[in-house]
Amino acid sequence: MEKVIDIQHLRKSFGSHEVLKDINFSVNKGEVVCIIGSSGSGKSTLLRCVNLLETPTGGKIIYNGENILDDNHDIYLYRRKLGMVFQQFNLFNNHNVLNNCVVGQVKVLKRSREEAEKVAMKYLKVVGMDRYVNAKPKHLSGGQKQRVAIARALAMEPDVMLFDEPTSALDPEMVGEVLKVMKELAESGLTMLIVTHEMEFAREVSDRVVFMDKGVIAEEGPPEQIFNHPKEERTREFLKRTLK
Amino acid sequence: MTIEWFVRIVSEYWPMFLRGAGVTLLISITGTIIGSLIGLGIGVIRTVPMPERRGKRSLLKVIHVILSIYIEFFRGTPMIVQAMVIYYGSALAFGIDMDRIFAAILIVSINTGAYMSEIVRGGIVSIDKGQFEAAHAIGMNHVQTMWNVVLPQVIRNILPPTGNEFVINIKDTSVLNVISVTELYFQTKSIAGNNYRYFESFFVACVIYFIMTFTVTRILRYIERKLEGPDNYVIAGNQMQVDTPEDIQRRKNRS
Ligand SMILES: Nc1ncnc2c1ncn2[C@@H]1O[C@H](COP(=O)(O)OP(=O)(O)OP(=O)(O)O)[C@@H](O)[C@H]1O
Ligand SMILES: [Mg+2]
Repeated sequence: MEKVIDIQHLRKSFGSHEVLKDINFSVNKGEVVCIIGSSGSGKSTLLRCVNLLETPTGGKIIYNGENILDDNHDIYLYRRKLGMVFQQFNLFNNHNVLNNCVVGQVKVLKRSREEAEKVAMKYLKVVGMDRYVNAKPKHLSGGQKQRVAIARALAMEPDVMLFDEPTSALDPEMVGEVLKVMKELAESGLTMLIVTHEMEFAREVSDRVVFMDKGVIAEEGPPEQIFNHPKEERTREFLKRTLK
Repeated sequence: MTIEWFVRIVSEYWPMFLRGAGVTLLISITGTIIGSLIGLGIGVIRTVPMPERRGKRSLLKVIHVILSIYIEFFRGTPMIVQAMVIYYGSALAFGIDMDRIFAAILIVSINTGAYMSEIVRGGIVSIDKGQFEAAHAIGMNHVQTMWNVVLPQVIRNILPPTGNEFVINIKDTSVLNVISVTELYFQTKSIAGNNYRYFESFFVACVIYFIMTFTVTRILRYIERKLEGPDNYVIAGNQMQVDTPEDIQRRKNRS
């Protein structure tokens, strides 16, 4: 299988606080990987290290056969290959829905405005937000914002999509609409790396589940293994706590 | 009679008042705009994330120090003194006889720039970190992030303090009479020197200053409200960028 991202011996410390300790794992093309684990275990930090919003303290991130942590690597070129969806949506407040999906394509990918709008509309349709092109973020509900944020990331046509707890900031009645979109994306063969507390969702969509505990990967395997026959005591305890 | 004097002064000297007011407006508008641009530029530079590499890091630190000196110096000294120092200093040092209006605009610009860069930095810092991260995540660099995402929001937020700077500049250009710039205060002084009617002449100037600042304040209020945009949103049809009848109606009502 073709590895899209290969993470080797990744470390991250904030001052003397070591948050990630020797993380090794990879994401294959077309694969959906969910990262679960208790609060503070370092899931967000790992995801943010993958797209270099945080600078790792050590280790390698291999992408296309190159270590992007090498000094001379162009991180901007790398970042546009990864789509990121944040817990807090982070739509550009000064742009309407359409422009949120267009501005990156035009400024970063240097697409023409016409082409960018066409691509944006395509993905806004995918997430069911094409009727809101002229709305500003402040006009949208949380679920709608998050669907636009997904479209914005998809419009860059990235190799991998990263999701950091995309439904945690949503009111319960809006969680479903976002998970539905993500499920459809997963089925369409998109490569996805998802941090989530939605265990049902993780079980359903993922090809592989990574369980993190205190800055290390405690267990990794197909959802069947993690959720039904966890090998590690730590995994079992975590699931008992969360699935009650 | 004082009233008669007002009428006489206005009818006799209105071209001088008008020219003075014009020069005052020219200096304060241009100075505020250039000052704001300086402020924006410095604000962007001062928020560049610290690079990992040593060399670039120390370069950036040197730039920060220079910018801090500039800001502290111009905020810490009176503009009237800066005007004297720059105008006569440049004559002495380089033998340049600066055009007075040019000198005036220069002084107001760099003075405003010092204040504006603090205002801009405050504006940038107050923008949600998520906006920067989202822009970085789609591959924008610092300048692209600033230009396309952050500054448009900053400008909207700092419009009130910028307007304030503008109003201050309209009033404070009066100190530039020390380098004989023919702005409103200077003209009024000449008028009063001609007719020895100091109270009446300066009262007229007072009214003109007030009209200018008051008008500017109102206009800025209006722009602020415009930039806020509508509170509600009407779902458009399936087509892109097409106005619904409600949109068109709303625009008509507003204008
Ligand atoms: N910028 C930072 N500075 C210092 N410490 C940080 C920073 N970001 C995260 N940490 C610490 O790193 C640890 C891991 O945080 P992280 O956000 O990655 O956890 P998480 O697994 O995503 O948790 P959650 O499920 O609550 O989102 C925490 O102890 C947190 O306090
Ligand atoms: Mg987190």
